[in-house]
Amino acid sequence: MSLADKGILFWNRLTRHIDAPLMAIVLLILAIGCVTLFSAVAPETGRFWRQLKNIGLALVVMWVVANTPPQRIAQAAIPLYIIGLLLLIAVEFFGITVNGSQRWLSIAGFRFQPSELIKLAVPLMLAWYFQRFEGRIYWWNFLIAMALILLPTWLIKQQPDLGTALLVLASGCYVLYLARLPWKVIFLMIGTSLPLIWYFAHDYQKQRVFAFLDPAGDPLVSGYHTLQASIAIGSGGLYGKGWMNGTQTHLEFLPERHTDFIFAVYGEEFGFVGNVVLLLLYAALLLRALAIADHAPSLFSRLLAGAVALMLFTYTAINMGMVSGSLPVVGVPLPFISFGGTAILSLSICIGILMSIQTHKKFVSE
Amino acid sequence: MAFFRWRQRFSRRMSARETSDMRGGFRQRLWFAGLCMLIGFGALATRFYYLQIISHQKYQTQAENNRIAVLPIAPSRGTISDRNGTLLVQNYSAYTLEIAPAKIEDIETTLGKLNEIIEISPRDLRRFRRAMEETRFSETLPLRTKLTDEEVARFAVYKYRFPGVEIRARLYRQYPYQKTASHVLGYIGRINDQDIEKLRQRGDISNYRGTNHIGKTGIELSYETALHGTIGFEEVEVDALGRNVRTLSKIPPVVGDSLQLTIDLPLQRLAETVLGGMNGAVVAIVPATGEILAMASMPGFDPNLFVEGIDVSNWDRLNTSPDKPLLNRAIRGVYPPGSTIKPFLSLAALTSGKRTSKQAIDDPGYFEISGGAGGQKYRFRDDKIGGHGRVDMHKAIVESCDTYYYILANETDIDDTFRFLAQFGFGQKTDVDIDNESKGVLPSRAWKRERFSGSRYREEHRRWYLGDSISAGIGQGYNSFTPLQLAYATAILANQGKAYRPHLVKRIVDGGSGEIREIEPERVRELSFRKEHLDVIRDAMIDVNLKGTGARIFKDAPYTSAGKTGTAQVFSLRGERYQELKVKRHLRDHALFIVYAPVEKPEIAIAVLVENGGFGARAAAPVARKLLDYHFTGKQPKDGDALNNVIKDETGWDE
Repeated sequence: MSLADKGILFWNRLTRHIDAPLMAIVLLILAIGCVTLFSAVAPETGRFWRQLKNIGLALVVMWVVANTPPQRIAQAAIPLYIIGLLLLIAVEFFGITVNGSQRWLSIAGFRFQPSELIKLAVPLMLAWYFQRFEGRIYWWNFLIAMALILLPTWLIKQQPDLGTALLVLASGCYVLYLARLPWKVIFLMIGTSLPLIWYFAHDYQKQRVFAFLDPAGDPLVSGYHTLQASIAIGSGGLYGKGWMNGTQTHLEFLPERHTDFIFAVYGEEFGFVGNVVLLLLYAALLLRALAIADHAPSLFSRLLAGAVALMLFTYTAINMGMVSGSLPVVGVPLPFISFGGTAILSLSICIGILMSIQTHKKFVSE
Repeated sequence: MAFFRWRQRFSRRMSARETSDMRGGFRQRLWFAGLCMLIGFGALATRFYYLQIISHQKYQTQAENNRIAVLPIAPSRGTISDRNGTLLVQNYSAYTLEIAPAKIEDIETTLGKLNEIIEISPRDLRRFRRAMEETRFSETLPLRTKLTDEEVARFAVYKYRFPGVEIRARLYRQYPYQKTASHVLGYIGRINDQDIEKLRQRGDISNYRGTNHIGKTGIELSYETALHGTIGFEEVEVDALGRNVRTLSKIPPVVGDSLQLTIDLPLQRLAETVLGGMNGAVVAIVPATGEILAMASMPGFDPNLFVEGIDVSNWDRLNTSPDKPLLNRAIRGVYPPGSTIKPFLSLAALTSGKRTSKQAIDDPGYFEISGGAGGQKYRFRDDKIGGHGRVDMHKAIVESCDTYYYILANETDIDDTFRFLAQFGFGQKTDVDIDNESKGVLPSRAWKRERFSGSRYREEHRRWYLGDSISAGIGQGYNSFTPLQLAYATAILANQGKAYRPHLVKRIVDGGSGEIREIEPERVRELSFRKEHLDVIRDAMIDVNLKGTGARIFKDAPYTSAGKTGTAQVFSLRGERYQELKVKRHLRDHALFIVYAPVEKPEIAIAVLVENGGFGARAAAPVARKLLDYHFTGKQPKDGDALNNVIKDETGWDE
């Protein structure tokens, strides 16, 4: 075997479970993210290099997940869900308090948010659960599924982190929706939960909603983020101010500009054209994810892929909506672009799952 | 039961589902999800279009407003010097710790933390708090002034901890001669709400962005516009914390005009020294131009106290003192002229033909008029018991004979007197170039009617009586003039009728171009008197200083001079003889003296007023003598020459 042959063989082994279109789209978005992040943290570069390291690690994890057959992934559902729950309870007792909320857990010097894990574990658990009862899903299955969703949701709400709690709730409900929970029930649920959520919301959360409704009302407090972000995006105009030239960014008017509000940096420097390009890339990503879900062979993989697609959409739309002043401020990062190791890691697991589902089809269906 | 039915239907539907049917249903849901995503992204794209295309201009402007701050640069205020070029008011540069309250969330905490680095006294804090209440106008407020180099260095280390706090080099106003000419110069103080209102009305408010001080009194007030200068601007790029990133453009400010006064500093200081511990005023004018060489008002005050906001104890002391140090007696104090009016009344009599210079009267020591229905007699006394004997006009002036003027007043209509004296500026503002001048009172029938017009008064109060005329005939009664008016009238007399507006500013040096603008003498009016009439008055006034009431003081003067003493009653004695030292000091007579010299070609006209000084010859004339000595010979008075000492000598004085 020649060296070239060995090389080809290795390449084939490496890419066997990689979905090329998905990979290409994700790499493009990651590239945009890196470029934007560089501008957002300039003149320091520390976070930029850390993010590159995070991405490298995340791509390895993605590869590993992609090479794991869906059946094996399904087997991990229960353990992951239980570990997630335990960690959430642990946060309650040993968590680190940041900004008044206990969200972080420190294990062997490594800080991470268990809620990030549970966002994945819940749809995984539900998809597994419905897979078990494939063909004969009864109403009480939905009730148990509801309980599986609400338990972690309630724990996260206690931290308190209403935003993440709602996202976990959403990730579970997407599976319910895809598992064809009757529309009537869906409407009933939405109708009853909205007032309940408002009732349980803390004052600062309500404050954000008010600030969203009238961002100029109190520009120095709640509305400040939204207002400055809108100014950044709006002043970008058609083509933007150019990379590294955003005045809102570089004169530090934009808060959280390397994390949740990084899209404002992008919008300011690359303008409307840049925004549309990015939207199209995300649309392509979602389209591919939906296609994978559509063609998935098992109920488990269908539900999981569909839920992942919907979650990706949710993150993207909520973040962009929030930064552009169309939605209240909730702490949701922009997928693949915001700085943050945990977010990148869980996203790469999502992509890995999609790839696994797409590339292990023939083995399953046969 | 309803729930049960729902449960059954639900279960039926669920269990009846086929695999392929399930798959189709899933696809349907997937499609619907895709549709939702499409709508969501469409909405976002629309939002971007709205922000970045439709409202781009608006946000562009807001971003620029965020980014660019236009900072005012206050011009440095013009300086003020005396006629010889000695600086009377100057600026010096020092570091201030300044705070921009708008940029600080919790001022109290910041103040507390600052105090650990730079000592802030309770007085600084009080001043800062008051400034915060008073002004919403300026962007930064000084907390501590005049920092030492060490303090500046220490703050520089911790600066990052204090956004909104900075150290700036600022110019401070300084009055190096402190109390000297304090009423002329006036002072500046922090701009308050009233000043802002005035500036707004003047349309000058934008020129004062960045300026913290404004003229409050004196020259500082009346020449405010010239002294202030023109504001400059610096366009800077700032970050979210208000830090300057770089300067984009700069329009430098134009320095305020500097003023050269007509005041002669040595003469001014001399006047103040010689007045010494007495309250009073001195005004010295150049008759040919109207230039004011000295304008002293005692006691004075230190204008430096006002610059950074005066503290309460000093303010109370200045404001409540019975000596009223803040009052500019030279232009705002009004006093009966006493006998100093006599030369003017004599000229009136000569001009109207009521008297010739040779016409004489016999003075028994008093003058009686009969008034009222009962034929009651009122007696007006002369100072000299037994009278002056036979008195013509010359002698009446030289010896200051009251009876002569009682008789003259008895024969003269007060309104004629009013018209004549008004020509000399009595009872009117002289239009000197500082504010708050008093008009004084030159009485007339119309004046009295107006003065007592209120409902509290009756017709008998408003009517003019012969007695009023006779009091006014010796400079008492309703007459009251400012020392400046007296000096001005003396200058007109010295100048043989030519009146030049008295003024304090000699030249204005443009702060921008350096161009010098001379203030030309402004002839206000020219009175025509007959030469021989003027000579009678002049000769008599010369003899006042040679043989008359001023002779003792003007003994051996190396120059010719023409003067007139005056004593103005503060206290009405109702026919009793006035015994000076038995009367409490604040009820003692005011001493006055007017003089000009040299007689041949007058260079200087002086009016001196010493409050409660007693006889004019004794208290006021020595002041004038010393000023004239200095003016003509450069002779400085000896230490013991202050008025306090002179007045103690009580023997042999006569009016």
